[in-house]
Amino acid sequence: MPEYRINKHPILAIPDRKKVTFFWQGTPITACEGETIASALFANGIRVFGHHHKDGSPQGIFCANGQCAQCLVIADTMPVKSCMELVREGARVEPANGLPVLPHVPEAPRMGEIEQLQVPVLIIGGGPAGMSAAIELGKLGIGVLLIDDKHRLGGKLVLQTHRFFGSTQAVYAGTRGIDIATRLENEVRGHASVEIWLQSTALAVFSDQKVGVLKNGGQYVLIQPQVLLVAAGAREKSLAFKGNTLPGVYGAGAFQTLVNRDLVRPSEKLFIVGGGNVGLIAGYHALQAGIGVVGLVEALPECGGYKVHKDKLARMGVPIYTSHTILSANGDDEVESVTIAQVNEKFQPIPGTEKSFACDTILIAVGLDPVDEFTHKAKEFGLPAFAAGDAEEIAEASAAMFSGKIKGVEIARHLGADIPDVPEDWYRTGEILKSKPGNNFEEIFPEVPSGVTPVLHCTQEIPCNPCSELCYLHLIQISHEDIRQVPTFTGGDTSCKGCKRCVIGCPGLAITLVDYRKDPENPLVYIPYEFTREALGERETVAVLDTQGKELGVLEVLAIQTMAKNDRTLLVQVRAPRAYAHQIAGLRIQESPIITPLEQYVDHVEDDTIICRCERVSAGEIRSLIRQGYRDINEIKAVSRAGMGACGSKTCNTLIYRLFREAGIPANEVIDNTRRPMFMEVPLGVFAAAEGIEE
Amino acid sequence: MSTNNKPHYDVIIIGGGSVGTPTALSLQQAGYKTLVIDQFASIGQGSNKKAIGGIRATHSDPAKIRLSLRSIEIFSTWKELYGDDIEWYKGGYVFVARREQEENTLKKLLVTQKSFGLNIDWLDKHEMLEVVPDLNPVDLRGGTFSPDDGNASPLLAIHAFYRQARARGAEFRFNEKVSGVIVENGQVKGVRTDKGSYSADVVINAAGPWADDVGKMVGIEVPVYPDSHESAITEPVARFLDPMIVDIRPMPGSSNYYFYQHYTGQIVFCITPSPQIWGKDDRETSTFLPMVARRMVDLMPRLKNIRVRRTWRGLYPMTPDGFPLVGWSQEVDGYLLAVGMCGQGYMLGPGLGELITRLVDNSITQDDEETLSYLSPYRQFAGQELLK
Repeated sequence: MPEYRINKHPILAIPDRKKVTFFWQGTPITACEGETIASALFANGIRVFGHHHKDGSPQGIFCANGQCAQCLVIADTMPVKSCMELVREGARVEPANGLPVLPHVPEAPRMGEIEQLQVPVLIIGGGPAGMSAAIELGKLGIGVLLIDDKHRLGGKLVLQTHRFFGSTQAVYAGTRGIDIATRLENEVRGHASVEIWLQSTALAVFSDQKVGVLKNGGQYVLIQPQVLLVAAGAREKSLAFKGNTLPGVYGAGAFQTLVNRDLVRPSEKLFIVGGGNVGLIAGYHALQAGIGVVGLVEALPECGGYKVHKDKLARMGVPIYTSHTILSANGDDEVESVTIAQVNEKFQPIPGTEKSFACDTILIAVGLDPVDEFTHKAKEFGLPAFAAGDAEEIAEASAAMFSGKIKGVEIARHLGADIPDVPEDWYRTGEILKSKPGNNFEEIFPEVPSGVTPVLHCTQEIPCNPCSELCYLHLIQISHEDIRQVPTFTGGDTSCKGCKRCVIGCPGLAITLVDYRKDPENPLVYIPYEFTREALGERETVAVLDTQGKELGVLEVLAIQTMAKNDRTLLVQVRAPRAYAHQIAGLRIQESPIITPLEQYVDHVEDDTIICRCERVSAGEIRSLIRQGYRDINEIKAVSRAGMGACGSKTCNTLIYRLFREAGIPANEVIDNTRRPMFMEVPLGVFAAAEGIEE
Repeated sequence: MSTNNKPHYDVIIIGGGSVGTPTALSLQQAGYKTLVIDQFASIGQGSNKKAIGGIRATHSDPAKIRLSLRSIEIFSTWKELYGDDIEWYKGGYVFVARREQEENTLKKLLVTQKSFGLNIDWLDKHEMLEVVPDLNPVDLRGGTFSPDDGNASPLLAIHAFYRQARARGAEFRFNEKVSGVIVENGQVKGVRTDKGSYSADVVINAAGPWADDVGKMVGIEVPVYPDSHESAITEPVARFLDPMIVDIRPMPGSSNYYFYQHYTGQIVFCITPSPQIWGKDDRETSTFLPMVARRMVDLMPRLKNIRVRRTWRGLYPMTPDGFPLVGWSQEVDGYLLAVGMCGQGYMLGPGLGELITRLVDNSITQDDEETLSYLSPYRQFAGQELLK
């Protein structure tokens, strides 16, 4: 069986992992020790993990985060979530077809007492926000219990192979997310008052102000904090379209988990829905992993993410279809193609503009919702609670770090620590880091007749300043007061020494260097490059593109250079005609065949738009209830079962609001769904402290 | 304010829950123009949705046995008669005994239950393990089994009653809080709410845990005091358990607890805390799951691995002796009580709705008279129900 693994990566180290063998439907499968069953199955080309008990629909991975139960399989007779369960040598894994059989248990297990614990501060989530808060509290010697449901700290940082935007002074801008995770982890672990529990999931906040935590994946502990900080991040929004639950349709977060954490190549041809930073970055990560990106649709006329991310993707050869929407995911048991169409100003598809593309995976990256249920419950129950990072407000990870830092100080103050108030300028920096992209300006090209100069293909106001910090001659200016300003090069034709630090250090890969010194008519151009050397293959020539992705010419690759302290960004050197040398912003990585539409579009007639994927409730059913006058989501749930499934309405609730909006019913006329614990399903025996729980 | 220009109904029911909704259907079927007023946003959002769904006739008194037998008829034939699936499942009820004490209690009760003609029998350990193979055989002495009992979805059932009631002309007003009952010369004239006034000849208090508040509106004390119980539901698994299992053995922190496998494959369970937790607080607590989990896993080890999906806490409108309060007010003409269901409103509701219709209709039978004598709001509250 072919293996779908990443064996070469421009950024990530490929560890040598021990192989284990388990059985899928009786066939031996080779897996890597320490990986999840889901990743091992993907690595072996298996993407359908079972069929839903209600309608037999194929099921595969969806959240890859232990939140839903789409990826259920039967491992050694036990139903388990394959995205959480690690592979075991010799395990017999079967698809979950229909309802699983609860395994027999020969005798009552020994049971113990539930441990109870009091802590000054409990932080849920060891990502950028939670770690930053823990560091501030740790500096003051305040007792913190930091819990995280994953095997390591870092949250989503550990999936981010790109350099971060933001402020160099405030939040490690210019450093890769994976490396920021390590730095923060080292720092937080240096504080004696901070205790860390990994693989530990918060399950509920109760009215007696205790927080139920599943410790180490199997032990239930009740924690009574004086203050709760929710830094649990965000969850991905879902989208309603035909075929939206076919295996192969999943979130960008799940994709990054498979690719960047588990080093699995889950796709050959990927299609992305959503032009925010999450979708744009996922596309870049895909290309880095050697996965073809067929295209990206964005319903708005412009992508919402940073322009430099969009430009980067466009000039690597990924078509960006703005004012387009997805009509359907098509295929029998898994995704085989996608159908898109252009939309009018009311976001309605325009007939006649449909196009289909062959693809095996469709990533949904249409925004994030804060994980706010713990905050709401804590506030309802009078437990002092704070939220930081995406759990408070959706923004970049740089903003999450800074908001965690602020919350850490606020919590210390709340607990009576004798420290000054949070400085006003921290709040201002926090706001700047959270800001959405601002104005976009015309690209200005320097007029340099003979010297050497960087070209800043960065024209949009975003909170980012590494380039200005990297230029040791201070020729690149961004105001310290407001790092959202567009950078300007202030040097003349002799002032830049051509050190190229800005070129390899720009997180947006938006700086090139043009060197006219040797041959002003055919200057050398240095282009930042974050792919494996092999991605350019044996090619001696490469298409060079402008910022928008327009081809300027095909040039000979003179060299692929590594610089000292390059942090894995390479430089491609070409010689270009003077006429367009300064316009070169990137190289085409992906050649065109996979981006060509199918000759005829796939007309998906079956109305299988699913709103509640756990309980298989269709958009049609819910629309009909809304038409009948239903306004209470609790009532919709009662009659349709939407929201009653494993994920606890985390996925469908926002979709139901969307259907209300579509029907012209304002949100204030809708009665919200009552949210109840548990946050995640947990075996009954865990609450009895029973021995031998399989989880 | 004159009562003449208000919308007029034959009957107004305060409370669109497990009792009020089937009662509205029954009254409307008998030709009474009925209005139901509820404080929540939609049907059954008070205590009905908190019910776990068990339906049994195996009580210990003729009143509840009679009402429940009729309820079971309604639940079990509903799909045939009306078409909608309310997930009725005739799995029976099992009360287990693991000590001599419970064995004696249950066997004593069995005599009474059989005398009312109920289909219930004692199963010894061996027979019990045939019906429920996953019970822990250690200490198991046997128990009672009543195969005609069952369960159905409270959510779907109340919606089915609601739909049929509306289809026949019953009206429902939600998000509306009753602020007073209009009484003139000792006779009920209607109801005032935060949104308007409605006139009626009969007003029924079916307000569940809020029964006393609604009683005070006509100046009578209704001895209904809610206590709270917590419940939970699991993931669905293939059917392995037919009957509802009830364990009445008291343990520190709890008296009885019970669970069954719903039509959807999910296990639904609930426990009675001991001492009882009085009041209307229905927010989830941290004590529930650890308390119930060890008892369930000890009784049925196979439950150890089933994943708990959601928990909630609901109110039992209790009365001093554990029996409902049903009947006309002696102080105010036209004011009818249908309250104090002590956590059994869901299983009693459909049968009770018909009885209330006969009360309004003045057509009660001899059996009804006996039933009503047990449930009279004016009885002496002596003793406690044997089997809760």
